[in-house]
Amino acid sequence: MSRSETLADGFPDLSGHKIAREAYWGRWLTAAIIVVILLAIGRAFARGQIEWVFVERFITAPVILRGIVNTMIMAAAAMALGIALGVVVAIMRLSPNPVLRSVAGGYTWLFRGTPLILQLLLWFNLALVFPTIGIPGLWSARAVDVMTPFLAALLGLGINQGAYTSEVMRAGLLSVDIGQYEAAQAIGMNRLQALRRIILPQAMRVVIPPLGNEFIGLVKATSLASVIQYPEVLHSAENIYYANSRVIELLIVAGLWYLLVVSILTPLQMLLERRFARGIARGR
Amino acid sequence: MRPLVAIRQVSKRFGEFQALKQVSLDVFEGEVVCLIGQSGSGKTTLLRCVNQLTSADSGGIWLDGELLGFREQDGRLHRLSEREIARQRLACGMVFQRFNLFPHMTALENVIEGPVQVQRRAVAEAKDEAMALLRRVGLADKAGSYPSQLSGGQQQRVAIARALAMKPKLVLFDEPTSALDPELVGEVLGVMRELATSGMTMLVVTHELGFAREVADRVVYMDQGVIVESGPAGEVLRAPREARTKAFLAAEVG
Repeated sequence: MSRSETLADGFPDLSGHKIAREAYWGRWLTAAIIVVILLAIGRAFARGQIEWVFVERFITAPVILRGIVNTMIMAAAAMALGIALGVVVAIMRLSPNPVLRSVAGGYTWLFRGTPLILQLLLWFNLALVFPTIGIPGLWSARAVDVMTPFLAALLGLGINQGAYTSEVMRAGLLSVDIGQYEAAQAIGMNRLQALRRIILPQAMRVVIPPLGNEFIGLVKATSLASVIQYPEVLHSAENIYYANSRVIELLIVAGLWYLLVVSILTPLQMLLERRFARGIARGR
Repeated sequence: MRPLVAIRQVSKRFGEFQALKQVSLDVFEGEVVCLIGQSGSGKTTLLRCVNQLTSADSGGIWLDGELLGFREQDGRLHRLSEREIARQRLACGMVFQRFNLFPHMTALENVIEGPVQVQRRAVAEAKDEAMALLRRVGLADKAGSYPSQLSGGQQQRVAIARALAMKPKLVLFDEPTSALDPELVGEVLGVMRELATSGMTMLVVTHELGFAREVADRVVYMDQGVIVESGPAGEVLRAPREARTKAFLAAEVG
């Protein structure tokens, strides 16, 4: 052990010292405990009543693949509808017009206040209320023909999503400084121009993380559409296990697919965030 | 001669607070008018009324002979549509205390936003003019920078270029140097001085008495929502007649 040199004024000379690496014993210990627990759970599943060959066989079965494609189509379409509705409703809620404000408030209240599965069932069974639908004199059709599982699921999921998205968008719009509205007005913009060019692009930066959250929720909520016969991945899995009774194996297949889809979404969200962070310096 | 801006008997109240009491003021073409006074004296409210960011409770403001915000018909005032008000705003540029540049756009994009999106001018032409304006405020080399990459003084100069890009008849300045570090005030005042020399009509709310003394044609001192004293810069600032003006100037000079 070398002795520290002493500076002229009596303090030790520390300029040549290296900072020692810390050992972090606690981290090693907790990591070890977690590994043991995971091994135990893995062993339990390996020894349990699960025929993993069925998981392997069905994970790429055409019905399952078609199911996951349908899940993704429905999630994307319902999210698009939800964002479109959400933006419009959020703008209505912040409008000076009390009629628009009440309509927007009522919409959010109704569709956020009732269970999604109930809304899906209502859309699917709309024919019981309105046997024929259409525009009088122009076009009409039997509701049972129009309200396919796809359309019912799209309306149910999309309109419900719109109610939640509108609140996310409203928070985003409120986060933009009032000075930005005034600067936009000062160069002669009307309300809609200011929203489209100045306010929304800045609000997007704030809303993308919660919207990503909403979208992940929606991907999984599409599974509820299985109750109205929309052939998404859980519905496909159920159809198979009704025939072969491999319930757990097929649920695991569906679960793995959901995990995969959600895992792909995270990096996509990061790309979007970077796109809308233009001009924003962030201290690190 | 008809004033470019004619403010007549304008009053404004925010709840219990009477911000403006029957204020009348003329600004003639080519004139630089500085509004001075303590915070809360109503000078910023008056400026914002000219750009209709605040609407007066009573009285009228005419810009180039056109009544702002209302249409008079059969002895009543009818509020103009949002589109009409947006059109009227094109006549005056506005420079804010806190710059209010659009953070998601570069300096150049900030300047061409109004000409391209509102006035529907060709992008190439708007860009050429914007570059000329950025050169005029000494920031041609910062055209591609985002506001967050610029100093406060640079941001305010871009904001001035943005206001000028609309080719306004007058430019309103709302305490343009109050949010700046002291060493950055000079560059902004320099740009404003050049603008005044070029003959631009300017209505400036400011605490910079030195600037007012040097550049203003007329200085208006406001207190508690009324114009206390108004006249040539030299007279009001060097030899004020009103006791309140004297007290304010004594306090400002320190």
